Amino acid sequence: MNKELLCLLVAGALALPLQAAEKIKVGFISTLSGPGGVLGSAIRDGFQLGLEHAGGKLGGLATELIVEDDQQKPDVAKQLADKLVKRDKVDIMTGIVFQNILQAVEPTVLGAETFYISPNTGPSDLAGAACNPYFFAVSWVSDSYSEASGKNVNDKGFKNVFVLAPNYPGGKDVVAGFKRYYKGGYAGEVYTKLGQLDYAVEISQMRAAKPDAVFFFLPGGMGVNFLKQWQQAGMGKDLPLFGTGWSFDQDTLAAVGEPTLGALNAAHWNLDLDNAANKQFVADFEKKYGRLPNEYASQGYDAALLIDAAVREVKGKIEDKAALRRALEAANFKSVRGAFKFNKNHFPIQNYYLRQVVKDAKGRYVNKTVATIFTDHPDAYVAACKM
Amino acid sequence: MTVFRRRHAWLGALVALALVFPQLAAWLGQDFYVAFASRVLIWALLASSLNLLVGVGGMVSLGHAAFYGVGAYVVGIVATEAPQLSAALIAWPAAVAVSGLLALAIGAISLRTRGVYFIMITLAFAQMLFYVFVSLKAYGGDDGMAIARRSALPGLNLADEATFYYVVLALFALCLYALARLTASRFGRVLAGIKDNEARMESLGYATFRFKLVAIVISGAVAGLAGALMANLNTYVSPNMLYWDQSGTVLVMVILGGLGSLWGGLAGAGAYLLFEELATAVTPHWQIGLGALLLGVVFFAPAGIAGLFARRRR
Amino acid sequence: MTSLLILEQCLNGLQFGLMLFLLAAGLTLVFGIMDLINLAHGSLYMLGAYLVATLTQASGNFLLGAALGIAATAVIGMALEVLILRGLYQRDHLSQVLATFALILISNETTRTLWGVQPLQLNVPAWLSGSVELLPGLGYSAFRLAIIVVGLAVAALLYLVITRTRIGMLIRAGASNRPMATAMGTDIKRLFTAVFGAGAALCALAGAMLGPLLAVQVGMGENILILAFVTVVIGGIGSIRGAFVGALLVGVVDTFGRAFMPTLLRHALSPAFADAAGPSLAAISIYLLMVAVLFWKPRGLFPVGA
Repeated sequence: MNKELLCLLVAGALALPLQAAEKIKVGFISTLSGPGGVLGSAIRDGFQLGLEHAGGKLGGLATELIVEDDQQKPDVAKQLADKLVKRDKVDIMTGIVFQNILQAVEPTVLGAETFYISPNTGPSDLAGAACNPYFFAVSWVSDSYSEASGKNVNDKGFKNVFVLAPNYPGGKDVVAGFKRYYKGGYAGEVYTKLGQLDYAVEISQMRAAKPDAVFFFLPGGMGVNFLKQWQQAGMGKDLPLFGTGWSFDQDTLAAVGEPTLGALNAAHWNLDLDNAANKQFVADFEKKYGRLPNEYASQGYDAALLIDAAVREVKGKIEDKAALRRALEAANFKSVRGAFKFNKNHFPIQNYYLRQVVKDAKGRYVNKTVATIFTDHPDAYVAACKM
Repeated sequence: MTVFRRRHAWLGALVALALVFPQLAAWLGQDFYVAFASRVLIWALLASSLNLLVGVGGMVSLGHAAFYGVGAYVVGIVATEAPQLSAALIAWPAAVAVSGLLALAIGAISLRTRGVYFIMITLAFAQMLFYVFVSLKAYGGDDGMAIARRSALPGLNLADEATFYYVVLALFALCLYALARLTASRFGRVLAGIKDNEARMESLGYATFRFKLVAIVISGAVAGLAGALMANLNTYVSPNMLYWDQSGTVLVMVILGGLGSLWGGLAGAGAYLLFEELATAVTPHWQIGLGALLLGVVFFAPAGIAGLFARRRR
Repeated sequence: MTSLLILEQCLNGLQFGLMLFLLAAGLTLVFGIMDLINLAHGSLYMLGAYLVATLTQASGNFLLGAALGIAATAVIGMALEVLILRGLYQRDHLSQVLATFALILISNETTRTLWGVQPLQLNVPAWLSGSVELLPGLGYSAFRLAIIVVGLAVAALLYLVITRTRIGMLIRAGASNRPMATAMGTDIKRLFTAVFGAGAALCALAGAMLGPLLAVQVGMGENILILAFVTVVIGGIGSIRGAFVGALLVGVVDTFGRAFMPTLLRHALSPAFADAAGPSLAAISIYLLMVAVLFWKPRGLFPVGA
């Protein structure tokens, strides 16, 4: 068994420089269990649909997709990354949902010069001074959505906004993005406990502070809790609510339902974006999984398509990392978000849209694209990137 | 006599396997499992430290992650704030000392309670520390902090997985030996006596509070060492290390392995992590299997895995 | 800060406390009577919320869905008691922790397999979705008022059952004198099953009342289980009265910590420091409360069988 393995390895090593690889291994670490599992599952489903649309072969190479569940625990993710890099020797990695998970595995993956395509989290340090030739984000920088929200709230002339976010540095960074574009005053700024259940206190504070609008950033279950309670408190009628696209993804809309109706949020993608790639993606996703796709699924899908295009461009010679990097930078594929290109920090320059939750013809709650907030918008950190 | 000899055969085989493991893994082309083995040993160290508290002293703590996480943060903070001090011989003892002091403070208050109240008050302290580290921007908050490189140890290159493994193995063996001696000593016997009947020990004139507090401090200090090692293994620390599910996991390991048994920590950590490693490869629904396994242990192997071996030997 | 706002925050505290009481009551009942640490209590709450959500969607009626969901959860709870938990009563607390932790793993994974990872929809019924004007200028959510009413009703009912009925007498006997209760034989077996079923029904009731306000998703049980345990421990394990007082204390302290602590700190300290420390202090306020209570009263506020 071991001799066989050895022979294979030797043969492989000898063969590598001469011809294109016969196979590409993609390591996919994501949060698939626990409350965060809904996000990772969406990314995985999107990625698998992308792989299917590529004929099961990314860039024409037989593709082995290794899916692992990080359980939303950084140390588990670190161990999985070790395994995928050292044991399975994957060519490309992707899949991670959460920023703290990415921070834990990033030294392992990037240190081994393995390409990482982020289908979701985009830490600002990786967009700036810590930008890395092996890191690509097919999504956004963590404060892009809130920048767009801030711009929109500012342009609409709101002057007295109440801000609500969880009390951890990531939450404050998102609020910083909002503040970069919103120039008015603040009726209040409240930071709540991570994983908080009841928001009655904060909602009472909002009502008493009499703001003219509310901006909130509460990822995951916290956002669901807040939205249900917000509507319950009868706040939606006369106080406009602005959020990030993360709190209004399709799965959340399906879970929360009516309380989301009318809420305004910013994102770089939507179901109704009018391009051929997106129409095919939405139709096929619904056919395959029996539900509408969300942002996370679109990002997973785009990650698969990006890899497919780049591998095709280098004609399967994925060992030539410089060439593969150039091919990834070119991003020569039809993204479901429409046209976009990578900045020099490997983060997208793209549009951000204002969306509003409405009821569609079939009675489902969906986002409707209302306006374009930013056109070809770069992030705020690219100047610090020396790459 | 045969029991004695067979026991030594088991031990010899285990030690031999531990000693040649990196070479074995390299020969099999499975280098990854060297780091995995280090992880198992670190968890085993943590579980063994908790076993002193729970198994020997009868104090069930659901806040052990506090000492473990704080030990890890000491290494992380030293590595960022004072990289020149990031030598293992400075940072690791510092982690042990800080965790030991923390255990002294938490223990002094928690020991006013017992039983389930003790479980919950230790949990409360750990959760408080969790929320403090989550909001500490200077040290990464929820994102945690990456450590540039492992601590330096004169003459050794800890970045090499095999070297790091041997260091962990040596420390584990040392601590396990110390714990064994401690349990067998008068201190250990008094502690066990307190577990059985505290009132009697008190009436015999023992200052039970002090014995229990010393046990908590030792246990916390060893947990701090485990945290320091884990921070080095992962070159990353995060508040997640202080979260209650980590305390729960290590407690499960101890019960699974065998309460109060010297090898319980190792058996529990090994079985738990190995099961996780193997089962996740088989099915995404592996947690049902883990649940069933734990139920099986409760009903059919009440003394844990170590107890299973002990019985078979008899 | 106006007095109306302070009044409203008091109501919020009362309401949050009663939310926790719904879970804490079942937990303390099972603990006090059967001497069982049931970590899977949160799983029954999750299961209850899932069943109520599913049955409400299927029937289109929240009350019917809640009633069926509560009944179904009670049956499942009793089956669990007969099949697995009964074997744990004579065991030490650690075995109970391990076994019920195993049940958490199994029920989370089973729920995820059956219902999928997407959260379930469960909203407030239309007739409870408005707000009620309690005082001029003080509107309060009708559904949150309903939680207050249900919480108080459950407390009153439990009080009556335990102090005034034969079952209550048996329960009290079980809690304070186990050998005597066990000597009563088969009766006690049936009683235990019934009590566990009642605890499960309370879980499902909590699921029905909290589901419309919180995310109905896998893992929802663990987050709130910790709070329920804190409540039970503050009150004194096994004491319904303790759980009630503990729940109100936790609700009020948590609410006031969030509502007023940052503002108060800003008066006392530099704004920058207050802004950094305020939310963190608010987040740990209930744990501080628990440590303080246990420091002065190591067996909780209302120790049982002292």
